[in-house]
Amino acid sequence: MSPLKKVILIFLLSAVAAYISLPREMPIKFNLGKINVDTKLARRDFNFSFGRINIQKNLDLVLGLDLAGGSHLVFEAETKDLPLDKKEAAITSLRNVIERRVNLFGVSEPNVQASSFEGKDRVIVELPGVYGTKEAVELIGKTAQLVFSETKEESLEGEEIQYGLAPTSLTGAYLQGADVTFDQTSGQPVVSLRFTKEGADMFAEITERNVGKPLAIVLDDSVVSAPIVQETITGGSAQISGDFTLDEAKSLVIQLNAGALPVSINLVEQRTVGASLGSESVARSVNAGLIGLIMVLLFMVLAYGRLGLVADLGLIIFGILTLALYKLIPVVLTLPGIAGFLLSVGMAVDSNILIFERFKEERGQRPLIDALEVSFGRAWESIRDANIATLVTTFVLANPFDFAFLHTSGPVRGFAITLALGIGISLFTGIVVSRNLLRVFVRETRK
Amino acid sequence: MLERLESKKMDWMRYRIIYFLFSLVFVVAGIYGLFSWGLKLGVDFKGGAVLEYKLDTDISTEEATQKIEEAGVETSSIQMTGDKTYLLRLAPIAEDGKDKIKDSLEKLSGGEIEELRFENVGPSIGPELIKKTIYAIAIAASAILIWVAIQFKSFKFGTSAVLAMFHDSFILIGAFSILGRFIGAEVDFLFVTALLTTLSFSVHDTIVVYDRIREAQKKYGGSLKGLANRAISETMVRSLNNSFTIIFMLVALLLLGGTTIKWFAVALLIGTVSGTYSSPFVAVPLLVVWDEFVKKIKRRRV
Repeated sequence: MSPLKKVILIFLLSAVAAYISLPREMPIKFNLGKINVDTKLARRDFNFSFGRINIQKNLDLVLGLDLAGGSHLVFEAETKDLPLDKKEAAITSLRNVIERRVNLFGVSEPNVQASSFEGKDRVIVELPGVYGTKEAVELIGKTAQLVFSETKEESLEGEEIQYGLAPTSLTGAYLQGADVTFDQTSGQPVVSLRFTKEGADMFAEITERNVGKPLAIVLDDSVVSAPIVQETITGGSAQISGDFTLDEAKSLVIQLNAGALPVSINLVEQRTVGASLGSESVARSVNAGLIGLIMVLLFMVLAYGRLGLVADLGLIIFGILTLALYKLIPVVLTLPGIAGFLLSVGMAVDSNILIFERFKEERGQRPLIDALEVSFGRAWESIRDANIATLVTTFVLANPFDFAFLHTSGPVRGFAITLALGIGISLFTGIVVSRNLLRVFVRETRK
Repeated sequence: MLERLESKKMDWMRYRIIYFLFSLVFVVAGIYGLFSWGLKLGVDFKGGAVLEYKLDTDISTEEATQKIEEAGVETSSIQMTGDKTYLLRLAPIAEDGKDKIKDSLEKLSGGEIEELRFENVGPSIGPELIKKTIYAIAIAASAILIWVAIQFKSFKFGTSAVLAMFHDSFILIGAFSILGRFIGAEVDFLFVTALLTTLSFSVHDTIVVYDRIREAQKKYGGSLKGLANRAISETMVRSLNNSFTIIFMLVALLLLGGTTIKWFAVALLIGTVSGTYSSPFVAVPLLVVWDEFVKKIKRRRV
């Protein structure tokens, strides 16, 4: 392929990337004499169907909690007393239960992940858009152990009848589902339970044994209600009518549906970023990035003249490609991630600087085109070796294999991923893009 | 000087003792700072709570401290961070502690207040982060050492590069102990990221110079000292220009990026400057000194 064709291909690629990089809606407003333009440029999402293949892609930038606002909670599980072989299963089910609870709570795109380090087991919960964490923390942390208990009259002291509890084996584990309904006579919210087949049989048996006696519904060691059993219930459903408010009933339903926590947990870390601080951070870093970028562009032109212009073009293509990749992968963009991107812009011009410095040396010794090719060839080794060293570090920081002894989440990872991507793309733009641009450029000037 | 630089006759290695002394001053100052004041650890490592609020009106921080303490919460500091925004630092608090603080501030300002940020980190998190950080540095450093040693087929090159890398980390850590003592720079999660980036940047820069030495070795041969002088001359402009572009980005980030990212930009800036300096003035002189030392020993044996 001739350099000219390659350059055309690169521009096509950049155009596609530029389209992907556009925000969802971009207002365009300008006045040109009598022509008034006031429209919105809308970008459509990627929606591709070919036969049975259907690819859909939402092309919005995914912002992390520190930019979009939200809460980051870390819970520590009490797994000290568990035998080692049961621990892993307990943590997995803990994570699943928490995830179910969070999903039922109605948070959009929550992230729940387990991490363990030197005997400490944690679950990290990220809730975008949730600022009042009190409710969320309570909901996640409740154990919600549901047990049906038979009651025994124990003593008749004075006029008060004391009941003793004898827990049955019918627990929340035999629930198929729970719902909030309203009592038809009082209009009070009640929680209705549906049992599994096995649970229904057990429930029938228990109610048969206890006709005329109270049957206690015990949640987390406290009696929620103790209705008197009127008759044997065989349908496999029951109602809990405590003095619930609607919210209480709802949260109980969530907990019952999600299952009980297998181990108890403590909140050890909490970070909440308000929405306004997040958007301010975005605005500030975009501002800083643009000004930094303009300074770099100017510097390259001042230091290398026309060659610098080519490097600048390469750098702009670098920016467009990177942004498009962030959206396609997608990369969760955090504040340190933005810093990583900005740093990679600084490093992206490095390959061009290396080549141009080499070019200055070689120019005196051979014809222009040869000098260009030789500089690219010789500089490549330095560029490759140097960047591999940086990639090694980003690899350790990003920890793609989730090694427990390294950082598994948070700002460090965000930074490493954007920096690594930046280096990868800068190798492409620094070598392939600017090389072919220069080939075309130099030939044109010689004609 | 520029002319001599261009003609590649500059005898950089002649002044190597000066470079070592210059580095020594900074490293010793850093170590002194580290031993006498330590590092000012942020909530990420130490545990504690940080709250940032935006109020309707300005309040006096003394009054706020008093009111919050009356409500039964110990605060260690209240600081105004911007237009009507206040940053509070305290020991880890319970959920109701946060409500108490919010109430007190609401009463004081007499209007709605907005919670910008709330961080509450238990004491068990910090030691774990420190350990993970040390592991990360150890792994990255050994991987880089192995990579350089294989690439240049020489333990001498690898070790010198890694020593220069540690030089930069020492300077960065030392600088933060001094900055922490005098202007309150805290060491947090982001600092660790900056430190690790400095490691890779330092080696990145060193490899470029080493690469030139290796190339000249194949082409011309001769003493390592001569080759080193040549390589430094050849890469000096590139090193400076590359640092400038990175420094432009970081200065923009420092001045415009806001408070959350300020010290991160400062750390990266120190790392970049030190990383640029250490390649020609620490890594290469170390290599030359090592080479001469080995030759001297060999001569004595003969």
